[in-house]
Amino acid sequence: MSHSGYHPVLDPALAAPFPEAVLPVLRNPQLRKNVAHAIDVIQVKRGKLVAEKTDWQALRTAGAAIREHALENLGAYLTQFEERCTAAGGVVHWAADAAEARQIILKLLREENASEVIKIKTMTSAEIQLNPFLEAAGVRTYETDLAEIILQLGEDEPSHIVVPALHVNRSQVREIFARRMGLKDLSDDPHALTAAARNYLRRKFLEIPTAISGANFLVAETGSVVVVESEGNGRMCLTLPRTMITLAGIEKVLPRFQDLEVMLQVLARSATGERMNPYTSVWTGVTPGDGPQKFHVVLLDNGRSSILAKKTERQTLRCIRCAACMNGCPVYRQTGGHAYGSVYPGPIGAILTPQLMQMHHAQSLPYASSLCGACYEVCPVKINIPEVLLELRSQVVNQERGHAGRFFDPMYLGLRIANMIFSRAWLFHTAQFFGRVGLKFFTRKDGWIHSLPSVGSKWTQTRDLRGLPKQTFHGWWAARQKEAR
Amino acid sequence: MRASLFITCYNDTLFPETGRAVVKLLERLGVDLSFHPGQTCCGQMHANTGFRGEAFCQAKRFVRLYQDTEAVVIPSSSCVAMIRDQYPGLFEELGNEELRKQFTALLPRVYELSEFLVDRLKVEDVGAYFPHRVTYHASCHGLRALHLGDRPWKLMNKVRGMEQVPLANLDRCCGFGGTFSVKNAEVSSAMMAVKLQDIVSTGAEFCTALDNSCLMHLGGAMHRQYAGMKTIHLGEILASTEAEPAEALA
Repeated sequence: MSHSGYHPVLDPALAAPFPEAVLPVLRNPQLRKNVAHAIDVIQVKRGKLVAEKTDWQALRTAGAAIREHALENLGAYLTQFEERCTAAGGVVHWAADAAEARQIILKLLREENASEVIKIKTMTSAEIQLNPFLEAAGVRTYETDLAEIILQLGEDEPSHIVVPALHVNRSQVREIFARRMGLKDLSDDPHALTAAARNYLRRKFLEIPTAISGANFLVAETGSVVVVESEGNGRMCLTLPRTMITLAGIEKVLPRFQDLEVMLQVLARSATGERMNPYTSVWTGVTPGDGPQKFHVVLLDNGRSSILAKKTERQTLRCIRCAACMNGCPVYRQTGGHAYGSVYPGPIGAILTPQLMQMHHAQSLPYASSLCGACYEVCPVKINIPEVLLELRSQVVNQERGHAGRFFDPMYLGLRIANMIFSRAWLFHTAQFFGRVGLKFFTRKDGWIHSLPSVGSKWTQTRDLRGLPKQTFHGWWAARQKEAR
Repeated sequence: MRASLFITCYNDTLFPETGRAVVKLLERLGVDLSFHPGQTCCGQMHANTGFRGEAFCQAKRFVRLYQDTEAVVIPSSSCVAMIRDQYPGLFEELGNEELRKQFTALLPRVYELSEFLVDRLKVEDVGAYFPHRVTYHASCHGLRALHLGDRPWKLMNKVRGMEQVPLANLDRCCGFGGTFSVKNAEVSSAMMAVKLQDIVSTGAEFCTALDNSCLMHLGGAMHRQYAGMKTIHLGEILASTEAEPAEALA
C-alpha cells in the first residue's frame, strides 16, 4: 500500500481521467506540501544556474538543433550506433513495442540464469512495466537509485521523472525504511537514512551479477551509452555486475560525441539545478577487465516512430527527460505526478503519454494544462508543448465528434452552438439578449451569480460571476453613434 | 491616427466598461476610433478546446472585417495571442493562399492595448489619475506569448496618485486557462487559491491586468471569498482621470 493514503495507477489504460485522478491529491495536504516544497527548491536552484549562463538561449537553440537533426536522420544514426556498439562488443536488439522489449530482456536474463537483477533508474523500464513483468516471471528486481528504493519498498509509484519520490518527505522515508529494513530505531536524520540505504544496497551490489539500465543518450559516432546520475549507484551497477542490459528509446540517439558538450550542460542545469551532475558514465561495448563483460542494448520503438512521422508532434521526441517542464508547471505544482496516470507526468507527459499509449487511453491529458506556456519557456530543447497540446486536443475532438453519445454533451453542444452564434453578429447579439434574460434568474440582489446549473456549476463551485450588464459594449457604441448624429 | 477597436466576445458581453474606458482613453489621446458592428469573437475558446474547424470561421471573419484597417486595438492579451500565435497555423492549414496573404499583411497592424500605446502612439503618460493601491497580474499570454515586457509598467509608472505593490510569483499562472477553468475546475481552483494568497497579501485595493479573462476568474473568487479587493482592467485605470474617475469606483 502506498503510504500517502491512496493507490496511484500509472497505467494510462487503467488510470482514471485527470480531473478525477486529481481529487484525492488535491485533498491531501501532506502530499501537496511535499510536492510544492520540492519543486520550489529545484526551481530556485535552476533559476540561479540558468541566469549565470549568458549564452543560455544559444544553448537552447543548439540543443533543439542537435535533437532535431538526430530525429531527421534517426534511421541512419541508429544504424551507425548499432554498427559501432556491435564492433565494440555490445549486442543490439530491436523491440517494436513494450511486449517485445520485455520478452527480449527476460530471454537475456534466462540465458544468464538470473533470478535477481539490480537496476539503474530508468523511466523507460517503467514505461514498459518491466518490474511487475519480471517479478511475475520469477525474477526479483532491485532498484538502486535512492528515490526508486523508497518507492519500491514503499510500494509506491514514481511521481516525477528525475526525482521520482518527490512527493515523499523525510519522515515518510524513515517510516518506510524502518518498516521494510527492520530498523525500528532508525532516525530521520539524512545521514542515518543514507547509511541505511547504502547498507541495503551494498549487499545487492556484491551478490547480484546482472544489471539493467536506461540511457540518457546513445552516441551514434562512438556506439556509446551515457547515463547521468547524482548518487553513484548507477556507477556501481556499471562496475560490479558481469552483465548489463540497457533499455533505451530509439529517440535517445545523438549524432556525435561532441554533442554531449551542449546536451550535458542543458540537462544538468534544467533537471537538478546543477552545473554538472555528480556522476556521468559513458561506456562503449565491452572493455576487457573493466565493468560488465556482457553488454546488451534493447532499442525500444513503442510508438515513437509513428510520432516521428507527424509534423507538429515530432518535436515531442526531442525531449531529454530533464523535467524542467513539470518543475515549471503550475498544474503539476498542485497535483504532483500520479494524477497523470502515466510514468511520464507534467506537461511532457500530457503530450507524450497520449501519443505513446494511443489517444483513447489518455483523452484527458492534453486538457490537463492551462496553456500558460511556462513549459515551453524553460524547455532546453525548445519543445513547443502548448502547440502540441492544441494539436492533440483537436485530435481528441475529431475522434469524439463521431460518437453519438457526445452529441448532447453540454461542452460539445455548447461549443458548436457558440460557433454558430459567433458566425453572425445579429445571432451573437440575440444570444447576448437571451443570455442576459436567462441569467437574471440566477443573479442575486447584489448583482452577482453565486450558483449555476450544469457546466456552469463547475465555475460557480469556487467563483462567483458578475451578472450580465444591461448594456453590451456594441450596444453602448451604437447608441453613442446615434446620439452623435 | 485612425484605429479600429476589437472588443472580443466576453468583453462585449461581460465587461463593457473596459471597452468604454478604452474608447475614452484613446479618444483623449487623439485617436480616431471606429468599431465594426460585425465583430464577435477571435475563436480562442474553440481553438484552445480542440475545435479547430470552428476556429477557422472566426479567423476568416477577423481578416474579412479588418483587412482595410490602419490599426486594430484589442484590450485582451489572450485574444491577441490567439491571432498572433494560432491564426498563422490555421491559415496555413486552410490552404487559401489569398486569405493567408491578407492576414500576413494585416498582422503587423494588430495591437494589444499597451503595445498600441507604447509602440504605436509612443506615449507613456496618458494623463491618468488613480489614487489607489494596485497590484499588477501579468497574464501568461501577455507575459510569454506577447512578450509585453515593461510596457505595462511604463504606463503604470505615469499614473498619478497610484501606489503600486509588486506581486510575488508574477510569472505563475492564475489557473483560468479558458475552458480549463471548467474542464479541470478543481485544479484551476487550487491554482487560483495560491495566486489569490499572493494577491491578497499585497494589501492592494485593486488587482489589475491587461486581460479580463484572468480577472473574471480572480475577481469571481475575490467576491466569493469577501476578500475585500476588486479587479480592474488596466485600460480602465489608464482612462481614469480626476474629472472622470473609473466606473469601478462608482
